[in-house]
Amino acid sequence: MKTIILKSASSYLLPVLLLFSVFILLRGHYLPGGGFVGGLVAAIAFVLDAFSNGLDKTKSVLKIHPGFLMPLGLLIAFLSGVSPIIFSDLPLMTGLWVENPIPVIGAIGSALFFDLGVYLVVIGASLTIIFTISESA
Amino acid sequence: MLGAVLLGFLFSLFLVFAGSYFRGKLAVLSSLIPISLFIYFLTFLPQVSAGEVIYENHEWIPSFGVNLSFTLDGLALLFALMITGVGSLVFLYTAAYLKDHKYLDRFYGYLSLFMAAMLGLVLSDNLMSLFIFWELTSISSFYLIGFNNDKADSRKSALTALGITGIGGLLLLGGAVLLGDVAGTYRISEMLMLRDVITDSPHYLLILLLIFGAAFTKSAQFPFHFWLPGAMKAPTPVSTYLHSATMVKAGVYLLFRMTPVLNGGEIWHTILISVGAVTMVYSAFHIIFRTDLKGILAYSTISALGILVFLIGIGTQAALIAAAVFIVVHALYKASLFLITGIIDHETGTRDVTQLAGLRKVMMPVAIAGFVAALISGGVPPTLGFVGKDLIYEATLHFKDNAIFLTIIAISTNVLLFYAGFVAGVKPFMGKLPEKFEKLHLPSPLMWLPPLVMTLAGLVFGLFPGLIESAFAKPIAMTQAIEFEDFHLKLWHGFNTILGLSAITLLLGTVLYFTLKPKHALENAIAKLDVIAPKDLLLKLSEGFAVFSRLWTNFFQTGYLRHYLSIIVAFLILLLGYLIFTDFSLEIDFSTLTELTIYEISILLMLLSGVLYTVFTKSRLAAVAALGVVGLSFSLLFLFYSAPDLAMTQFSVDTLTVILFVLVLYKLPKYLKLSDTGLRIKHGVLSISFGILITLLILRVLNEPKNTEITEYYAENAYKLARGKNIVNVILVDFRGIDTMIEISVLIVAALGVFGLLKLRLKSRDKK
Repeated sequence: MKTIILKSASSYLLPVLLLFSVFILLRGHYLPGGGFVGGLVAAIAFVLDAFSNGLDKTKSVLKIHPGFLMPLGLLIAFLSGVSPIIFSDLPLMTGLWVENPIPVIGAIGSALFFDLGVYLVVIGASLTIIFTISESA
Repeated sequence: MLGAVLLGFLFSLFLVFAGSYFRGKLAVLSSLIPISLFIYFLTFLPQVSAGEVIYENHEWIPSFGVNLSFTLDGLALLFALMITGVGSLVFLYTAAYLKDHKYLDRFYGYLSLFMAAMLGLVLSDNLMSLFIFWELTSISSFYLIGFNNDKADSRKSALTALGITGIGGLLLLGGAVLLGDVAGTYRISEMLMLRDVITDSPHYLLILLLIFGAAFTKSAQFPFHFWLPGAMKAPTPVSTYLHSATMVKAGVYLLFRMTPVLNGGEIWHTILISVGAVTMVYSAFHIIFRTDLKGILAYSTISALGILVFLIGIGTQAALIAAAVFIVVHALYKASLFLITGIIDHETGTRDVTQLAGLRKVMMPVAIAGFVAALISGGVPPTLGFVGKDLIYEATLHFKDNAIFLTIIAISTNVLLFYAGFVAGVKPFMGKLPEKFEKLHLPSPLMWLPPLVMTLAGLVFGLFPGLIESAFAKPIAMTQAIEFEDFHLKLWHGFNTILGLSAITLLLGTVLYFTLKPKHALENAIAKLDVIAPKDLLLKLSEGFAVFSRLWTNFFQTGYLRHYLSIIVAFLILLLGYLIFTDFSLEIDFSTLTELTIYEISILLMLLSGVLYTVFTKSRLAAVAALGVVGLSFSLLFLFYSAPDLAMTQFSVDTLTVILFVLVLYKLPKYLKLSDTGLRIKHGVLSISFGILITLLILRVLNEPKNTEITEYYAENAYKLARGKNIVNVILVDFRGIDTMIEISVLIVAALGVFGLLKLRLKSRDKK
């Protein structure tokens, strides 16, 4: 689908959508949103880009294969889960928080990193599936 | 003691990295492990023979009562010394037997793994850790039996052995769990006090059968005996170590250990005596038909194991002492005979007794060892074998029922074992040396010293039975918690019935040895009966199982996605339909329902038209788009019923799904008729009834009184405990974070699956 309108729109849409996905990820703790939805939105952003500019172009934008995001995300989520054991001798998955909220991002805690892990895994998994299928179809 | 048990595991782990150093001349150094362990356990001998019991406890999973607790009493020490003692000799022997073998280091790795597992098994005081070590012995023996893994029959026997002993392991687990449940503890030493609770429990019989099943499979009792002759495909050191001295005795050990816990009268005696008796007579008769040295030894081992089970079944003090002494006797002579067989095989290249003769001229020390081993095996005075045999007759003669009958079968078994010992230990060395063997020479002392040492030990113990008595027999008798009278082991009892029986045994054995010669004709004759042997019956059973599972799989696994879906849905309809049909009440109070709003009506219309369009459109792409409409209508519905999180997720998932479908379908040909009208009607009926059932079910759920406790808990604590205001998200990342963790792992597995399936196919297509 190489239409000029979609093509020129997508070059603006990709960064905006990605920013939006991060926004959804960050607001998740207080308002509707979170890592899962954020990850899906980010995946959609890349798929939209692939539709308009071709898969190869999107892959070169991504630099690495999206599959690598999966173990990375899993690792981050896992580390945030075990961090209470390592740092403060608390049981697995206890929430740890930085006392003062940071501007823009808000309060930082282990839950945020956990959600970040989910976010990365979702992007990685859905893009891997979609890219693989579209390459072989 | 923990260190002693773990040493073997650590050594085999160490060999993974440093194996190449242990392949050549240094290989013999690995025997330092069993030798040092042997010395270590010897240091406990004075304490244990004084009646002390040494306990050691390491917590492992205390919340389940599973701990690494070890106990060293007379029984455990006997086995530990046997494992490390025979182990040392086998380790030394292997260095010469498998000299310059490509995988010698691997062999030592498996062997020390096995030794460690076996030590753990006999030292464990906790039934669960006993089970784990039990399984480890099965697994490590699998590698040892299948060591010559380039041979198909060697692989097959390894699998058979693993299968049979693996079943036994499962039975042991069942027995251990039940026993632990009844007794409230997994510690065997605590169970000793609870004997009445256990024997009176309604599960007693089941526990007994499970434990027996484990012991019988491991100790090759009839009808599970057939894996042992098969396991003789292993290199000789393995047969020596596992299949004569240690692993096959694990079942006997378990019965010994459980005697003071489970011995609850008639049923215990009946089962053990009959299984033991059948095994010992059945396999003793099999010896006559064998011409392969290892085959003879395998069947005589099974027979000896039968004797042990039989004696434990009799269960009197005399019988238990006889069993304890016989374990030592058997380990000494059978391990030596196996090692001698190994030497003969190694030097002449054959194990066929009809061809072997006169070897004493070329390997005198081996011949001496063989002769003494045969004397011990035959129970000729003044060896320990004589002491052991007398004890057996004493036990059978003084048993309360059928004493005469039991004594007669014990005598006939012993006569045949006498024959077996002489055929294996004496016959190859007697007579005229065939020309083809004249150039043979004596192998390295590493090979002939171990059997010589063991047989001489049998001679020394026979001359001084007091050694065995104070070291093992009495401490073992104490572990059995029976009414225990003082006793003395003696070589000479004076002229009495038992001496007469011994004389008869020796006489008949000698006559049998000189009249009966092993012949191939006999071996071929018995092979005709294989059709009704337990082995073939079990093999047929397993083949039948394979045929059945193939049919079953072919019926369900058609490869059509629609077929799978239909089966799943039909199954659910049947189950739910049954539930709703038998027990269903539905009350809907129409007055409490709110009025339909315009939003709801319009969403409903969108949904319906989407569904109908999906079903009836001719274009595939249009169907996908319409399916997307259905999904988006749902996310609108979620939004109206205040579930914004769900709506967002549904919205994005649906977008991606439609994209995915389009990607796949875009390149397919325009129109393909996949189903005829009949099939469509069938699928329609299936889906409509499924929909109706689910609707009814949901309405039914609404009828249930609402349980708001959980909701309230989350609403209250989401901010307090997890500092989040969005409950859904807090549950996902905090309260039930481990669930999410597992879910994203599943997601990754799915993605990898898609990637692997499609990319692999692409690659193979590219090659063409």
